[in-house]
Amino acid sequence: MNEPDGSTTREIRTDYLARVEGEGAMLVRVRDDKVEEVQFKIFEPPRFFEALLRGRQFTEAPDITARICGICPIAYIASASNAMEAVCGIELPEQVRLLRRLMYCGEWIESHVLHTAMLHAPDFLGYDGAVELARDRRDLVEMALRLKKAGNTIMDVVGGRAVHPVNLRVGGMYRAPTRAELAALVPELEWARDAAVEFTRWVATFDFPDYEQDYAFVALRQPGEYAIERGRIVSSTGLDIDVSEYEQHFTETHVERSNALHSTLAGVGNYLVGPLARYALSSAELSPLARDVAAEVGLGDVVRNPFRSIVVRAVETVYAADEALRIIAQYEPPEPSFVEAVPRAGTGHGCTEAPRGICWHRYEIDAAGTILVAKIVPPTSQNQKTIEEDLLGVVTQSLHLSDEELSHRCEQTIRNYDPCISCATHFLRFEIERS
Amino acid sequence: MTTATKKPTLAVWKFSSCDGCQLSLLDCEDELLAVAGAVQIAYFPEATSAELEGPYDISLVEGSVTTPHDIDRIHEIREQSGLLVTIGACATSGGIQALRNFADVKEWIPLVYASPEFITTLETSTPIADHVKVDLELRGCPISKEQLVETVLALLNGRPPRLPSTSVCFECKARGTTCVMVAGGTPCLGPVTQSGCGAICPAYNRGCYGCFGPMESPNVEALAQQWQALGVDDDGIVRALRTFNANAPAFREASNERA
Repeated sequence: MNEPDGSTTREIRTDYLARVEGEGAMLVRVRDDKVEEVQFKIFEPPRFFEALLRGRQFTEAPDITARICGICPIAYIASASNAMEAVCGIELPEQVRLLRRLMYCGEWIESHVLHTAMLHAPDFLGYDGAVELARDRRDLVEMALRLKKAGNTIMDVVGGRAVHPVNLRVGGMYRAPTRAELAALVPELEWARDAAVEFTRWVATFDFPDYEQDYAFVALRQPGEYAIERGRIVSSTGLDIDVSEYEQHFTETHVERSNALHSTLAGVGNYLVGPLARYALSSAELSPLARDVAAEVGLGDVVRNPFRSIVVRAVETVYAADEALRIIAQYEPPEPSFVEAVPRAGTGHGCTEAPRGICWHRYEIDAAGTILVAKIVPPTSQNQKTIEEDLLGVVTQSLHLSDEELSHRCEQTIRNYDPCISCATHFLRFEIERS
Repeated sequence: MTTATKKPTLAVWKFSSCDGCQLSLLDCEDELLAVAGAVQIAYFPEATSAELEGPYDISLVEGSVTTPHDIDRIHEIREQSGLLVTIGACATSGGIQALRNFADVKEWIPLVYASPEFITTLETSTPIADHVKVDLELRGCPISKEQLVETVLALLNGRPPRLPSTSVCFECKARGTTCVMVAGGTPCLGPVTQSGCGAICPAYNRGCYGCFGPMESPNVEALAQQWQALGVDDDGIVRALRTFNANAPAFREASNERA
């Protein structure tokens, strides 16, 4: 459009970004072919978890914080439990820890397949969603649903149900599953592992926009395993800290357009958490099968094209199925199934790898176990600034596209992050203004 | 008119929530494509970019009302909807975020946000039925997939869905689970909680924590006395009643008496 001052503006809007979890919006303003402003907004109404946790018992934090996100409840349950176990001085027995990791593998499969196959793949294939895709490729959607179900079945069997599982507690599990219960999962998980390999080969054939960023990657790292439920926080810029040191290096700021908080890393600025970061920092720890598949589809050691995150998620799905099988094969039911948690006054930190990236918690409790202070930093709020940087970069190199195409490309850019806005607090409205 | 447009239309709406109940629809892996074949999914932004104009034959509503804008929106949705079904503890009772109803939310905002002036919120979190007529409600944090499928099927076939109104105790008996409270001395909300989950918690050696909310005419006071006998103090009883269905009248009133 022509402005009174003679400049031309361009405006494109999408008021409610679909296929993300929660409610968000986006604004892109272009004036005279220069991108003036990019905003990724989060409008999900605040739910005040950090406030409502005050005065609750320390043992309640896992179940309460699980309700931050129905897609990745294990991330909250595990991070909160880790933090409380740190306060109480609990070291989880190996089999108990592995049960938590097994639950997490189930969540990774469920969440990654939901996102890659049902929410993100339609972007690459030109469909509105998985149901529409199923009209042409029912076989693929059925395979994805079965794969997702394999993840959910782990959560059902070990955790009692897929959304907000009930069997995890501070110190371990209410009831350890029997060997037979886990063994029954094996045939379907073996199918899932093979299906995930096929799925990875398929998504690797997609047409990826040519775009790279030199990201600062941040993830957990744990020698000897692909870090999920424990590890130190490391970055591609040389950071290597205990989870308790997080706040000395990372700061959150509250921006007006958002009900979430933006995070930055001292000396670096915005950074990226999630599959690309985990892969860049720990791909050597993937299982041989997952590494082979990654190599076969040409991922290399580091993936800097965010559109290819769908391939990395698929590789992580292979890994999660493989790792679940490994845990089940060596499983001995722990007796007892948990360590009794005795509260003591202090501060505890917990950080685990939610499917979207690190989910960090800090709690201060008193000697009676009452929560005095709670602080939670979910992955999507950490990625928010990087998402905006990507939008800026993608829009700048895509100005030749029509408004409709550009709008679609921007939505796809946001979906690269599998943003969980419910976690970040939470709405996606999309606007592009071209001036 | 094409055959496709004659199918009943289904819309899924979100208010303040964790998305877990609408995820339960996508978690119906074995039924999803069949359901998608029987209805026209007209509005479900979490799953599809496609969007049809209302009116909608069936609206599923997740989440609670927590902002002034929510109040306007739920009235618009009600006007556009044939049947309005609320799904989950947030939509049916206000959810965990209704804990603000027992506190002063103005004091809470600065605990979470550095710039409280950017935040718009109501002082309460309330169920959808406090604002508009609701035709049917599905309880749970989260809802049961089986109940969701049963409800959609029933509505498509013009019959009332089979939804239980008994306590969780009935489901424990049906499942053959030994009573965790009588035999194990574990405090359990099962005797006052509506069934429908399948009595999961006791099957995992844990007391029910009431995520399906109060059953019809529950005797919460009698259960509270049993909990006291097991050594739980008033504070513990109040906290147990004030979780995911804290604002459900039977739990709210019983917790207020002991708070």
